[in-house]
Amino acid sequence: MIQQVNKTVDIDSGTPILVMEQLCKSYYPGAVELKVLRDIELTITRGEYVAIMGPSGSGKSTLLNMIGCLDRPTRGSYTLGGNNVSMLDDDQLSLIRGSHIGFVFQSFNLIDQLNVVENIEIPMYYQGFSEHDSMARAAELASMVGLGDRVGHRPSELSGGQQQRVAIARALANDPLIILADEPTGNLDSESGADILTILDRLHDEGKTIIVVTHDDNIAAHAERVIHLLDGRVRRQEYKNR
Amino acid sequence: MLLFRLKRTFKLGIKSLWMHRLRSTLTTLGIIFGVSSVIAMLAIGEGASQQAQEQIARLGSLNIIVKTVKPLDEQESTTQEMSMNQYGLTYTDAERFRNSIPDVQVVVPSRRVSQQVRYRNRKVSTEILGTVPWYTDISPIQMLRGRFLSSVDMHHKQGICVVDEQVVTELFAFDDPLGQDIKIASDYYRVVGIVNHDEPVKGGNGLSGNVSAAPSGGGANVGTIYIPLTTVKDRFGEVSIQVSGSSGANIEKVELQEIVVKVSSVNEVLRTRGVLETLLERFHKKNDYQVVVPLELLQQAKDFARIFSIVLGSIAAISLLVGGIGIMNIMLATVSERTREIGIRRALGAKKRDIVLQFLSETLLLTLTGGILGIVLGTAIPFFVTYFSKHPTTVTGGSLVLAFGISAAVGITFGLYPAYRAANMDPIESLRHE
Repeated sequence: MIQQVNKTVDIDSGTPILVMEQLCKSYYPGAVELKVLRDIELTITRGEYVAIMGPSGSGKSTLLNMIGCLDRPTRGSYTLGGNNVSMLDDDQLSLIRGSHIGFVFQSFNLIDQLNVVENIEIPMYYQGFSEHDSMARAAELASMVGLGDRVGHRPSELSGGQQQRVAIARALANDPLIILADEPTGNLDSESGADILTILDRLHDEGKTIIVVTHDDNIAAHAERVIHLLDGRVRRQEYKNR
Repeated sequence: MLLFRLKRTFKLGIKSLWMHRLRSTLTTLGIIFGVSSVIAMLAIGEGASQQAQEQIARLGSLNIIVKTVKPLDEQESTTQEMSMNQYGLTYTDAERFRNSIPDVQVVVPSRRVSQQVRYRNRKVSTEILGTVPWYTDISPIQMLRGRFLSSVDMHHKQGICVVDEQVVTELFAFDDPLGQDIKIASDYYRVVGIVNHDEPVKGGNGLSGNVSAAPSGGGANVGTIYIPLTTVKDRFGEVSIQVSGSSGANIEKVELQEIVVKVSSVNEVLRTRGVLETLLERFHKKNDYQVVVPLELLQQAKDFARIFSIVLGSIAAISLLVGGIGIMNIMLATVSERTREIGIRRALGAKKRDIVLQFLSETLLLTLTGGILGIVLGTAIPFFVTYFSKHPTTVTGGSLVLAFGISAAVGITFGLYPAYRAANMDPIESLRHE
């Protein structure tokens, strides 16, 4: 397969890695066009910590899917790390998801029959790393999130906070451009939630680009920029200095 | 690289299947039974066909066998008194065959009598075959020691005999049989040769069909003793008396029990058979003969074996198909159960192809494991069938390859659709799936 995806993005902090221009997404559940995203203009630069907020129905999830390359825009353009996502086919989308996006989900989304390292290793497996290399890196990442002594455990043997830490380690596996977290503390108690936010802060400090989709102001407080969505449009953006 | 990837995919497959051991085992059972029944049934069919073909081949494919059969008695009522019943093949028949059919190579007339044979204090009941020196041309027997009957023996009606191995083991414990005299009926015969044992063909179509002229020895004859035909005619006569119940005796006169005609090539067999039958019809008004053509029997046996194999094979193939459908069913259930896993993998960079491969490898693992276990079971079953029922079976390499190939094909066929379904799920939808 021709891997036309630009995988090595070598850009300095402050350069835009994600650019959306006049991006629209419509669904056609019936005869009527349902406009979920309307003319989204969005630029995110390397190293930013961005929170996307909005009430339900505001198009948050759709925007998340769009950023995560799980879906293609109906109109407009979306460029991620130099790749025009709207032009990519299914295989290329898979490739770009695997290499540029690190997903962290609300419900952790670990695979039950795999243990901690094996879960962390999945993205590297699909990028074609050798088993030896990827397993070593997975173990490294596990200790980085404080689960070095739990590598052989199954997700069902871990607490929610620990599971989410595995998910973060997994998101870091391919050193993605963006860590895309969807309500990362939504299923956690406040203490574990705080833990996770601390880890995200630390990653941000290390220069990672983080996008969090949430409706929780406490989480948004960690971000440098908060994007408020309403009815499929960017209503306002607030910049904060942390 | 690809191989490496495949290895990992299969490892993952094993892990997933191991998670649902019971389900995997039950699913595999369908294939195991399917494959083993294909192999076992083909083995039983093949065994039967080989046995039949071997027996027929022993009769000789160039031979045409004409046998005496007792005609259906139309005047059974007259048996209150002594009646003389002459029927069957005659020396004249043999002479006619020899003289009037150009393609005939050899004509072998023979008589069979069942007799007690004695050597010192040992006794055994055997079949006495009165025949001619060229009997060896139409029979698969081999000389082991000494010589067979000769034309000099024929001419002088010598009291000599050739015995087969079975007779040797029964009669002569430690003595060398050659040159010894054995007693058959009231006369002594000198043993001049030993031949190997020619297993009489079972099933009524063989050379040794029970002939009415022979006293019914209960079928417990051991071995065969070959004596010059002329000697047999001289010493045993052609008339036999059968005491039939309370109502007196039945006297029968039969000259020959059998005439075997051998032609020079396979192409001549059917034509010669026609000529023989025309001749026989003209001179035998009573229906007292039967013509057996081993070549035809062989053809029939092969046709029958083929049909038999097709029928057995189809039944077994259907069971494999059912097994395959079972697998597909389970895989579809597995796919929908693991929708979320599929979504996760897709989000983490799995291409559709990766998902297809993952599920296909699981199906293949199930069917190939089933295939291997099925081969083991399928080769064991014929073994036990042979052991317990004495019915011959032959497991052919071809049937193993066939069964394994079918199980792999079933795996791919019935695995592709579930795998395809899995790969084409919408990642967003499947991530949301609970």
